[in-house]
Amino acid sequence: MSFVRGLSCRECARSYPAEALHVCEWCFGPLEVSYDLEALRAVVTRERIAAGPHNLWRYADFLPVETKSPPGLGAGFTPLIKADRLAAKLGLGELYLKDDTRNPTGSFKDRVVSVALTKARELGFRVAACASTGNLANSVAAHAARLQMESVVLIPHDLEVVKVLTTAVFGGRLISVDGNYDDVNRLCSELADQHPDWAFVNVNLRPYYSEGSKTLAFEVAEQLGWELPDHVVVPVASGSQLTKIGKGFSELVSTGLVEAHDVRISGAQATGCSPVAAAFASGADHVRPVKPCTIAKSLAIGNPADGWYALDAVRRSGGAVGSVTDDEIVAGIVLLARTEGVFAETAGGVTIATLAKLAREGIIRRDERVVAYVTGNGLKTVEALEGRVVIDEPIGASLDDVARALEGSVLTGAPA
Amino acid sequence: MSAAEVTAAEAGAAEATVAQITVRVPAQLRSLTGGAREVALPPGTVADVIGSLEVAHPGMRERLLDEDGSLRRFVNVFVADEDVRFLDGLATDVRAGQTVSIVPAVAGG
Repeated sequence: MSFVRGLSCRECARSYPAEALHVCEWCFGPLEVSYDLEALRAVVTRERIAAGPHNLWRYADFLPVETKSPPGLGAGFTPLIKADRLAAKLGLGELYLKDDTRNPTGSFKDRVVSVALTKARELGFRVAACASTGNLANSVAAHAARLQMESVVLIPHDLEVVKVLTTAVFGGRLISVDGNYDDVNRLCSELADQHPDWAFVNVNLRPYYSEGSKTLAFEVAEQLGWELPDHVVVPVASGSQLTKIGKGFSELVSTGLVEAHDVRISGAQATGCSPVAAAFASGADHVRPVKPCTIAKSLAIGNPADGWYALDAVRRSGGAVGSVTDDEIVAGIVLLARTEGVFAETAGGVTIATLAKLAREGIIRRDERVVAYVTGNGLKTVEALEGRVVIDEPIGASLDDVARALEGSVLTGAPA
Repeated sequence: MSAAEVTAAEAGAAEATVAQITVRVPAQLRSLTGGAREVALPPGTVADVIGSLEVAHPGMRERLLDEDGSLRRFVNVFVADEDVRFLDGLATDVRAGQTVSIVPAVAGG
């Protein structure tokens, strides 16, 4: 039995049953899952969680599903890596990376899809669908295959080749749309209306889907020995992930699993698609939509559904939203790879470059315990590196050729 | 009725149809349209269209516009599939034959 009470509108607090609904009929505000936190508090303990599986279902008490041990691909419980060399480069003290490149399909989307499709099956849906910038496409297609559901995935036409291939391999319908993500998203909202028998994970199942991102907060706290960090840096596309990480930290405090502690939450965007960063910089309380133009395609949402809530969470926590150029994104990917051996996709480059920028500006401080969320695997966006990392021409298969190729290199054999 | 009269009447009916715009109504607002998914209205600006919607289906205006008369934060309006926030907002023209889609903003990501 879950602790779900139902859905409630974030704007006007009207309540709804826990069904496939995502928008308040009255004010069009987003519906959120509400829990009986008192009952949850009475049951949940650190030991109970520690005894759970090594995936996101160890936090099942905080998730809106009824199924015991849901089938899936084992998303979540990814490593928290202490990043001392990167910290030293950036002039920071205690820095960690939440390495969500290690999920089954290589991004944090496996968390939200696990929750959404578990709920979808409970509600009797047989078709999984989504609008995607790529990572979600991978995850929905893979999970649908695993759960023996049909899938319909809609993407903008200009995604990275790898993300398209690694979606198509799972079968299901993959529909490429001549337009950007915001066009695809609008189309899916209308499609969801036309096909109420399809579980669009990020439309009619969105209240359940987005709850999956809370596990990014739960795991970090558990991996820090049940303490909250001082400052987190989170990439911002729709703004849902950042908002739900904040919600996750609050739920840990309100259920007594961790001591109350203020966590500053900062957001990271690409300059070519930075509506939330622009609103933060100008002090505006509306997020004005933009037309995206950036290599960080997984973050290319010009009209972010939770942009306002993300902005609000950042401001209330005393964080900031930074933005970085395409060159800085690539530099961020390379810096992370060379200091810590972690290969991130462009969104991870955005996070690391923004972390560097906010550290330089003194917004992220040396005395803070910082966690940067690296949410997607670099193998998905290798195009971004073409012409940016040097690859030498092939040489002859002789010792002399190797010696010539290594001329000028200093390889001491000693640890760095 | 002569053949010529029939032709004129058909032409008139066709013209009346062509001269309309179509509004796609989302599920959340269909209680106001008696369940209709689409409503035909005369052309005009988006503000005019919302005005005509209110006359035909009272209660629409307050669901779409806030107290200041601006589009509500969680309502997106598209004319011919383009977000009016990228056009002229409520002053955007909707020409005969075009479709206006009202879509809840909270989706995706």
